[in-house]
Amino acid sequence: MSMNQQGRPTGIENSTNGSCEGAALLPMEPLLFEIGATDHSGVDLPDVELNSSRLGAYERQSPLDLPGLTEPEAMRHYVRLSRLNYSIDAGLYPLGSCTMKHNPRLNEKMARLPGFADVHPLQPVSSVQGAIGVISELGEWLMALTNTSAVAMSPKAGAHGELCGMMAIHAAHTANGQAHRTIVLVPESAHGTNPATAAFLGYKVKPIPANSDGTVDVRAVEEALSSDVAAIMLTNPNTCGLFEPDVKKIADAVHKAGAYFYCDGANFNAIMGVARPGDLGIDAMHINLHKTFSTPHGGGGPGAGPVVLSQALAPFAPVPFVRKNGQELELVEHAQGSQSLGRLTAFHGQMGMFTRALTYMLSHGGDGLTQAANDAVLNANYLKTRLETVFSMPFGAQHCMHEVLCDDDFLKGTGVTTLDFAKAMIDEGYHPMTMYFPLVVHGAMLIEPTESESLKALDAFADTMLELAGAAKAGERERFTSAPRKAPMRRLDETGAARSPKLKWVKPD
Amino acid sequence: MRYLPHSEADRAKMLATIGVKSTQELFDVIPDALKIKEPLDLPATSPEYAVEAHMQALAGKNHTGGDGPFFVGAGAYRHHVPASVDHLIQRSEWLTAYTPYQPEISQGTLQMLFEFQTQVAHLTGMEVANASMYDGSTAAAEAILMARRITRRQKIIVSGGLHPQYRDVLKTYLTRDEGLVCRPPNRQGTARIIDEVDETVAAILVQTPDFFGHLHDIEALANAAHEKGALLIVVVTEILALGIIEAPGAFGADIVVGEGQSLGNPLGFGGPYVGLMATRQKFIRQMPGRLCGETLDAQGKRGFVLTLSTREQHIRREKATSNICTNAGLCALAFSIHLSLLGELGLKKLARINHANACKLADALENVPGVSVLNKTFFNEFTIRLNTRAAPVVQALADRGIMAGVPVSRLLPDEGELSDLIVLAATELTSDEDIAALVSTLTEELS
Amino acid sequence: MSKTVYTEDHEYISAQESAATIGISNYAQEQLGDIVYVELPQVGTSFKKGDEIAVVESVKAASEIYAPADFTVTEINSALEADPAQVNTDAMGAGWLMKGTLANPAQLDELMDETAYAAHIA
Repeated sequence: MSMNQQGRPTGIENSTNGSCEGAALLPMEPLLFEIGATDHSGVDLPDVELNSSRLGAYERQSPLDLPGLTEPEAMRHYVRLSRLNYSIDAGLYPLGSCTMKHNPRLNEKMARLPGFADVHPLQPVSSVQGAIGVISELGEWLMALTNTSAVAMSPKAGAHGELCGMMAIHAAHTANGQAHRTIVLVPESAHGTNPATAAFLGYKVKPIPANSDGTVDVRAVEEALSSDVAAIMLTNPNTCGLFEPDVKKIADAVHKAGAYFYCDGANFNAIMGVARPGDLGIDAMHINLHKTFSTPHGGGGPGAGPVVLSQALAPFAPVPFVRKNGQELELVEHAQGSQSLGRLTAFHGQMGMFTRALTYMLSHGGDGLTQAANDAVLNANYLKTRLETVFSMPFGAQHCMHEVLCDDDFLKGTGVTTLDFAKAMIDEGYHPMTMYFPLVVHGAMLIEPTESESLKALDAFADTMLELAGAAKAGERERFTSAPRKAPMRRLDETGAARSPKLKWVKPD
Repeated sequence: MRYLPHSEADRAKMLATIGVKSTQELFDVIPDALKIKEPLDLPATSPEYAVEAHMQALAGKNHTGGDGPFFVGAGAYRHHVPASVDHLIQRSEWLTAYTPYQPEISQGTLQMLFEFQTQVAHLTGMEVANASMYDGSTAAAEAILMARRITRRQKIIVSGGLHPQYRDVLKTYLTRDEGLVCRPPNRQGTARIIDEVDETVAAILVQTPDFFGHLHDIEALANAAHEKGALLIVVVTEILALGIIEAPGAFGADIVVGEGQSLGNPLGFGGPYVGLMATRQKFIRQMPGRLCGETLDAQGKRGFVLTLSTREQHIRREKATSNICTNAGLCALAFSIHLSLLGELGLKKLARINHANACKLADALENVPGVSVLNKTFFNEFTIRLNTRAAPVVQALADRGIMAGVPVSRLLPDEGELSDLIVLAATELTSDEDIAALVSTLTEELS
Repeated sequence: MSKTVYTEDHEYISAQESAATIGISNYAQEQLGDIVYVELPQVGTSFKKGDEIAVVESVKAASEIYAPADFTVTEINSALEADPAQVNTDAMGAGWLMKGTLANPAQLDELMDETAYAAHIA
């Protein structure tokens, strides 16, 4: 035989001590400004002669001081940075009110077709009939799902959609000689954008208290209504994860008082294909395409917030909008001579998100969307059932919609706060749920699993949550207060960051 | 359905655990009268290939930038995006993460935003920048509101060179007040708004290069504004220009807002894009939008967090600086990666190529009978005047496969005297052949 | 002889005749947590009792401070701009917010003294 002794050892004899933290694959990455250089570039470009500049006296003299990276350096920098992020693709992301559902890759592929990606918003309309067709088709889906008569497609995000809807309401009141209406009713549990939007338009915000079961008190609404009230802004299903059972009664009372009903559509995922907001009496509702219709969250945007409008508000929709003229699609780009509230953004809205959302809708179909809402609600209630013996749920007597709300009562006496609990979830490999929102519940934990999670994934999550709750009750306080210990970073000093803000990199002396 | 993991057996098991017979029972709280009774009149679940075919058919009805000579600009520009940019932004960890609410597991996004803020500050010559806005037009609207908060004055003077759709957005945002004074569009870029600044003015807002392509003397405007205690807001819709023209910050601008689409982001029929906003350090508490700041973790390691969020809607509610709740994260990432790839070296070269091509285009058009170039100064975009109405000519050229720019009448239909104008842009993607094709076709159309 | 009185909203006012110093109580700073920013009014501004006169920010909250009485601002504590933490470390001393001239010193009689305030927060 020939004895080959060149091979490496294959046993594990000497590596059995200590724990495995996995940090080797997660090096901390220096800043671009620390690794790049102003004489590096990852883009090859020819040097051109400028025979005659038309820059006048405005040629740049001040330094740019922008470091460059060659392509391999850039790949490494951004790949390494990316690995410090949690993502939907890597794990359950139960952020309540955010609908972190799966982002299908077909959406991405379609958005990148040159026929959509390489088209200019100001090309002649005859040369972009397919692009306008996407806007039109998506609008039709949205109107069908909500039973409404018009849709404003241009708002750039949910909050921008709120602005759009409330501006339409403002314009309608002005047109109807009702400009004296200066009050907007907003339930206490509302998302912060609601009062911010109302105030932006000069409205006075009047908070509406909640019932003890977490829903809006109809009588409180009725009492607050008057000839000075312009609108109510209501989220349904609400931020406690509950359907407002009296929504129609509220809508009728609001309309009777001459006011309009703005619905925050953040939670539309729960009722899509089950109930239509138009049937609930809404006048305007924004739809977050990045929540309900699976366009990517992208680390915080871009969003897209089309607003569906009732017949009463349709004439006030912003420009641009699509109009059919036989086979041709026209783009109405100017508000002059109409009651339109005007223009909310340059160009036509978040086209790249429209393409993705339409792809998603076509993939699901009407039946699939209904099933998605059913599964989202099923998943939330399954988690609720699995957790409710241990976790305290202030409104747990009823079925929830697509998200389940806990408070911190179950942590009483443990010395563990909602924040500590959330940070301990990180050590177990989960992104925490939404915390401390809605404000109506102490130490709130708002859990939204979405329809994207399998039964196995839900069980694993529930097991972890129950184990953590048990540990908190068993007095393992330190495990929580020192968490996270297995993340790329320990807790960060937000006080220090806010007291002396460092908002850009400064070259060390 | 391929995106829904449950089998019917899973659903049955879960319903049993919950203790209900059907999912319908979970919806019992919704009154029957409000529920959908009949299935919706919508198509049914479709396989990927069928969806793809549907979308392909829609895409196929559009004339793309690559289909022929292309000179359309006016606030959105056709630039080349390196392949690595699009590859990187599609990584799961960038694409499918959300707002970095939990900084310990979001350092990728946070550090990127910090780098983005620094890049934008350097590019604009300002002290600080935020983590991005929806787009340039809404950033401009937020800037005038910010100027009002800072100065506690109401009047805003808007230059006639502002992109008409931006101007329309400002008007919509300030629909209820008289404080917004918009100067009429000025095709020569020569109107003097300096004379209108007085002690009641919160800010003057000027775009450079302006809608018609002219460059402006920012320094004179800044001095005039500051003399009366007003601020200068500068709008830049072609951010690449700052690779070769002076930074507004160096001339004394107080707030710079811009459209960042040119870096990293495709035309995409108008969005999503990325709004830029930069200002002086002393104004940060009045600045809207997300901000990322440097800090330390519990063990003294450098890290990043969202900061100064007390300005924002989720804390201040009706007292927030703005109702904005998001930024343009993924578009900001694309911007930042593209700018890192370019670096100072590449950015300057790219800006030079754009300018050189635009000069070539202007020189060539100057020789077309019936065409005159209005601009003395420009970066990569300028305005021509025809001896006839522009819109039909642009349409005729489009029908022949040439996207000849934007007829001003499309954006300013009520300004009859501007109906003979076209705004055209050239970029690094503009070839000599493209210019020759435009010149010959335009010559034919005008003769 | 100066006296210090408190409002139900936890502002304090220390006054000698019509010269007053206004701040937030030690209890209030404890409740607010780490203070990161204080927004103060312009010198010369006059306020009526109950007007919003300042905003004290922690990382996660912004709290409005209301005028405990009618007064005109004569001085603001500009040291807080660089070091807002002084409100935490010495709310009743170096962490004062502003000084002013009272329009009507008798208004202070409507507020709580040390003992009453201690009972109020107990």
